[in-house]
This record gives sequence, structure tokens and C-alpha cells, in this order.
Amino acid sequence: FSGAGGGNDIQWCFSQVKGAVDDDVAEADIISTVEFNHSGELLATGDKGGRVVIFQQEQENKTQSHSRGEYNVYSTFQSHEPEFDYLKSLEIEEKINKIRWLPQKNAAQFLLSTNDKTIKLWKISERDKRPEGYNLKEEDGRYRDPTTVTTLRVPVFRPMDLMVEASPRRIFANAHTYHINSISINSDYETYLSADDLRINLWHLEITDRSFNIVDIKPANMEELTEVITAAEFHPNSCNTFVYSSSKGTIRLCDMRASALCDRHSKLFEEPEDPSNRSFFSEIISSISDVKFSHSGRYMMTRDYLSVKIWDLNMETRPVETYQVHEYLRSKLCSLYENDCIFDKFECCWNGSDSIVMTGSYNNFFRMFDRNTKRDITLEASRENNKPRTVLKPRKVCASGKRKKDEISVDSLDFNKKILHTAWHPKENIIAVATTNNLYIFQDKMN
Amino acid sequence: MLRGRRRMECTLDAQSLISISLRKIHSSRTQRGGIKLHKNLLVSYVLRNARQLYLSERYAELYRRQQHYPDGAPLLAMPACPPPAAAPPELAVLPLPADTQDREARSCAAARGGAELLEVPVCAAPPELQRAPCRDSSPGFYRAAGSAGPGGGGGGGSSAPPGLLYAAGCDFGSGGAPHCSSRTTVLDLDTHVVTTVENGYLHQDCCSQCPCCCQPAPGLASPPPTPGTKRKYYPGQEEEEEEEGVEEGEPGGGGGVAGGPPFAPCTKRARFEEYSAEHPQDSSNISNLISIFGSGFTGLVSRQQADSEQPLNGQLCSKQALASLGAWTRAIVAF
Repeated sequence: FSGAGGGNDIQWCFSQVKGAVDDDVAEADIISTVEFNHSGELLATGDKGGRVVIFQQEQENKTQSHSRGEYNVYSTFQSHEPEFDYLKSLEIEEKINKIRWLPQKNAAQFLLSTNDKTIKLWKISERDKRPEGYNLKEEDGRYRDPTTVTTLRVPVFRPMDLMVEASPRRIFANAHTYHINSISINSDYETYLSADDLRINLWHLEITDRSFNIVDIKPANMEELTEVITAAEFHPNSCNTFVYSSSKGTIRLCDMRASALCDRHSKLFEEPEDPSNRSFFSEIISSISDVKFSHSGRYMMTRDYLSVKIWDLNMETRPVETYQVHEYLRSKLCSLYENDCIFDKFECCWNGSDSIVMTGSYNNFFRMFDRNTKRDITLEASRENNKPRTVLKPRKVCASGKRKKDEISVDSLDFNKKILHTAWHPKENIIAVATTNNLYIFQDKMN
Repeated sequence: MLRGRRRMECTLDAQSLISISLRKIHSSRTQRGGIKLHKNLLVSYVLRNARQLYLSERYAELYRRQQHYPDGAPLLAMPACPPPAAAPPELAVLPLPADTQDREARSCAAARGGAELLEVPVCAAPPELQRAPCRDSSPGFYRAAGSAGPGGGGGGGSSAPPGLLYAAGCDFGSGGAPHCSSRTTVLDLDTHVVTTVENGYLHQDCCSQCPCCCQPAPGLASPPPTPGTKRKYYPGQEEEEEEEGVEEGEPGGGGGVAGGPPFAPCTKRARFEEYSAEHPQDSSNISNLISIFGSGFTGLVSRQQADSEQPLNGQLCSKQALASLGAWTRAIVAF
């Protein structure tokens, strides 16, 4: 997997990079979510400024058999605007926390995007024809003087330059007191859940004035608050099953058939803490920042600050696999607490066949773990590796001791350059990796 | 933020951790998007961990001073502590000085650590130190009084060793105290009246009778409000955040708040010297702010404002009081 590999090892090549070149990052351009649609043809990003940018993959060019189609901008729209809650004197950020695609049912595409408080269903449709030849209107839309109309003609559709329109079809608002951290579409494709720090609500995609609360962990007395919900997801195949993770490092699996309010879990996944690792920051680093089911639905993956864990849904006592993402940071937790990096919420993702998992780290590094070969690789998203079809060189962080050539010492890592959001094409070896304000696309080397 | 090449060294000093954590909580109030519950909860855990270490070390120091000054009795009330075996394993390995008394301190502290935030560690000392037993014998209580000038232990002519003052007896909602447990505080937006109802009793009634709740150090806070009265809310003043169903529990001014004597660094300062040399104000801030928070998570989020009725020492405290006035005057979290 690392370096010159055997037959099955993937060699990752730089493909494209999107976003501003200069180092001065405008806050609104900070990417906050990345998501492929179900076919992989579309790639959506959300940013702190409330915008959604959708890229579309070019149809494969028969003459260029060495690379898959490039991703080009397909649509850009402002999904959320900043709002102000006057009652609480609070500003509601427009930052897009999550985007989730609906499976395609007709010519149009649909996605859900959410900020801290409001979820919106967007319809993205193409328009490549327009009516021309109105009887009573000029071409620019002004109405003609009726006395000048002497003939009758019927407008006809004529081809036009492709226009992609995004329109908000549903707005699901006012159901969350706390900050929304997750949305997840059910496998029934009719309902979806949204989760905030203390509650999870179930919605029907057609109904905006009502949602059902299915999980509520708010204590009667807020003084007793000990944990919050950090992520939630529906099972990919069982429409009655969902999981939610907590800041205490536990995952609860709930069955909506058991009761209307799923406060009592069906399964509780928790690994006992290793007492030798106890520190001031144990609670922080055990908080789960992301949970993702495998495509098969047999496993789920969780990400906490230092590791990725794979859980078998049939075993609650401990994960079946644990991968250390950047264990060398364990001795630096105090500094990471001071500069707030310890609160960074890294996401994780599966490849299409559930054989490899990927997650981000600092210094624009991202990591992949092959579950079969047990090998892992660290790669860097950097404009220095700009040439397409150049294989990316694996990176190594030197934790202590003598630094070898090409290794980077922990103290040289740039903690402002973090990769929190990554996505893997559902079918191909194409990955999208978001640095602070740039989106990198890597592909495997096709021979 | 950490730039590329800076060395990542940091002193694991309980006092500085507390101060950093409090600063984070304060600055989170002014961040866009409102208070992030998750982050503040995590910070409160660090605060609890650091505070437990800090307090147990202070306690150990006090005990040592007691050994030296048996007659200069401070008002120390320490009920018998639960057996060390009760300590949950998760806190057993906090890095503390290897000292028998400290180990006891740690395990007693840990016994209450559990799932509760900001539990006050109790009874770090053997029973010999029990002087005036507290009326509230719940294990959540610790109270000591002391006064000393900022110059150091014993300065100012007082024979009492420096100490902390705070009333944490009414550990709100923690199940420890026999009273002051379930509270509801409501802000009526129409009449602007704040009412705290306590198990059917007005909180002022309840707390005014309890010395553990309301008795400040000499020269400290104003007396608790007349029992039976409601507090009137005036926009523009410091205001507590009100939440229905959320414990509010204004300890009537007996929160051991910081109008009082600044905290004097103890003589055993080897670990803290470097820090306090740079931040002479912060040590007094910390004890003041610790007392403000008392216990419980909501205290972190709202209590700073609530207790800023008292004049606070230190830049940090006053900045907080001033900076958050506007934002909180009408705050109410609707559920």
C-alpha cells in the first residue's frame, strides 16, 4: 500500500484542485462539508459562507482512456443566510454543516443541506430549452403595445445554453433548539433524521410543519448534563434502525419499532477506557466526531480525536478494529487544548467496497487504512504535487528520536492546515479531500 | 493558533489549565453562532479534572499547615470521607504527588468524581481536622475560611493560613445535599420577575437558613435577600440566565464570591511559581472563579454573570462582567 506495491495496491495521483490559490483564506470560503451523490457523478461542497458548490464529472472521453472525467463546476447557489434569533440574542451561522444527496428519481437532483438550525431540500435541475416567440411579449419580456399586435403566433421551445437551476423546495425549520450536527436520509427515501446536541428528530421529506422527536437526552436538570449527541446516521438497509454517537465515546443503536421515543437504546457500543491513558483531556479525545455505516450495513466506523474504530454491529463490547491516526499527538494534548485543535471534528469515510477507510489529519495529511492488508498510508494534499498522473509520495511523521530524511517531525506540523472532510466515490477509486479552502481530487493511477 | 514551527511544549499545570478553560468558556459566549454546548461540556470536564487536582493539592497543603499551626484554627469542616476503595478507577491515576495524604485526597475526590461535573472534592484530610461540623453533613460540602494578603501565607497579621472560601454545600442537583436539590427558575418576560422555586419553597427561604449556603466570609457578600421576596430583574444589570427546569440556585450572595480577600498563594509554590510570576492576578481570579462556579454545568455557562453582582478582582473577571452584560439581559432559553 505504501510505496511500490503489489498488484492490488492503489497508487494515488493528483487529479484536480479547486479553490483560491492564495494563502489568505477568506473565512466564508472555508469548506465545511463534502459529499458525493449516489452515482458519484456529482460532488457537492458546502462552506462557511452558506454556499453550496456542485461539481459534475465529465463524461468519459474515449480518446483519453488514461483518466476518468474531470469534475467541473455544475451549480453554485447560496443555500443558507445568516439569521438572527431576536429572542435569544443569538446569531445563527450560515455555515453548511452537512449535505446529503437523495437518490435520483427523475431528471432533477435533490439534496438536503443544513446549517445549525434549518434544513433545506434543494432541487437542482437543468434547463436547456426556452420558449420563444411570444405573441404579446417582446423577447426581453416587456409587453408589446396591444394595438401593434397584428398576427397570432404560438411560442415554441428552442434550445439554449445549458442552465442549471437550484431552487429550495422544502424548508424544515424551528425544530432544533441546539446546533444541528447531522442529517441522514432513511433507506425508505421518504424520511430523514436530523440530530442536534440533545435531540434527534424524524422528518418526512414532504412535510415541513411537523417532525417527530425520537431521541431526547436532555436531562431534567441541565446541571446533570454529562454528554451530548455528536453524530447520527440511519442504517443503509434497515429503515427502522439508526445509530447516534456521543461525546462520551459511546454509540447507541436504536430501533424505531421498539417504541416511539428511542431514548432506550437497543444496543450500546462502548469500549472501556484504558486507565493508563488517563489524562486531563481523556473526555475530550474520547468524544466521537463522526459515525458512518459501511455500505454493507454490517459494520460502522467511528472517529475520535486520535483513532478510527470499526465496530461489528453484532458486538457491543469493543471495536473489531482500531487504527491510530496520529498517536504522536497524545503527548501534545495540552498544547492542542490551548490552541483549540483538540476540538477539531474529523470525519471519516469508507470506500465503495468497505475494504479501505480514510480520514484526515493535520499538515494537510490524510490517512487511509486497508482493512484486509492491515497496511496504512499517509498522503498530503498540497499544490506542490500538482502534476496529474504523478503518483503521490507517502508521508511519514517522526514521533521522536532521530528524524529520517523525508520524515517530518511532530513539531514541524502545521496545525492550521487540517483535513476534516473527505469523501470517497461510491464506485471508483476517486477521492475528494478538503483542506481549509481548497478541494483536492485524487484518482488511482489507471494503466 | 499554532504556527508551523513552534515547539509544542506546555506545562501541565492545574492552575493554568483552569485559567485557560475559563477563558475559553468566556470567549465562547461572544462567538458567532451562540454557545456551543458540546465544546463547553468538554471544557467543563477539563476544568473539573484540573480543579480536582488543584483542590486536592491545596487541601494537602492546608493539612500540612494545620500540622504546624494547631492553634490557628480555621473554620474547617470536613465530614468523614468515604473509603478510598470507593474511588472509581478512572481517576485513580491523575498525576499527583505521591504522598499518603494526597492519595487519600485523590481517592476521596474521585469518589465523587463520577459523572458529575465540578464536584467539590471533600475531606482530603484525616478526621483530626474536623472542627466545626457542618450542619449539612452531605459529602458535597467543603468550607474553609481564611484571609491573607496577596503577599504570601500568613501576611497581614492573621494567624489563619490562607484558604479558599466557597460554599458548595448546595451541590445543585447532584443528589448530595438534602435540600437545594431540584430547582426551577423562571424569568417572566412580562413582569421581569425572576423566581426560583425549590422543592416547593422559595430558594431564598431555604438558603437563608443554611449556613453552608449563605454564610460568606467576613466582609464579603451582601446578605441573602429577604426570604419570601422575589428578585426584581432590571434590564441592563447583570442577570442570570434563566432556563425553565434548569437549576439556577443563586446562593444568595454566599457563593463565596470574590469581593473578599484575594487568594494567597501557598508556600509550596514550586510548581506554580513560574506561572504566577507571569500572571500575578490570575491566582486570585482562579479561586474567585472557582467559587463562582460552585458546581454544575450550568454554572459554567451562566454563573459568571449571575455572580458578577459582586465586585470581582482581576482583569479577567471584570472583563467578563462588562462584556457580557448586553448579551444576557434578555437571555432565556426556550424549551
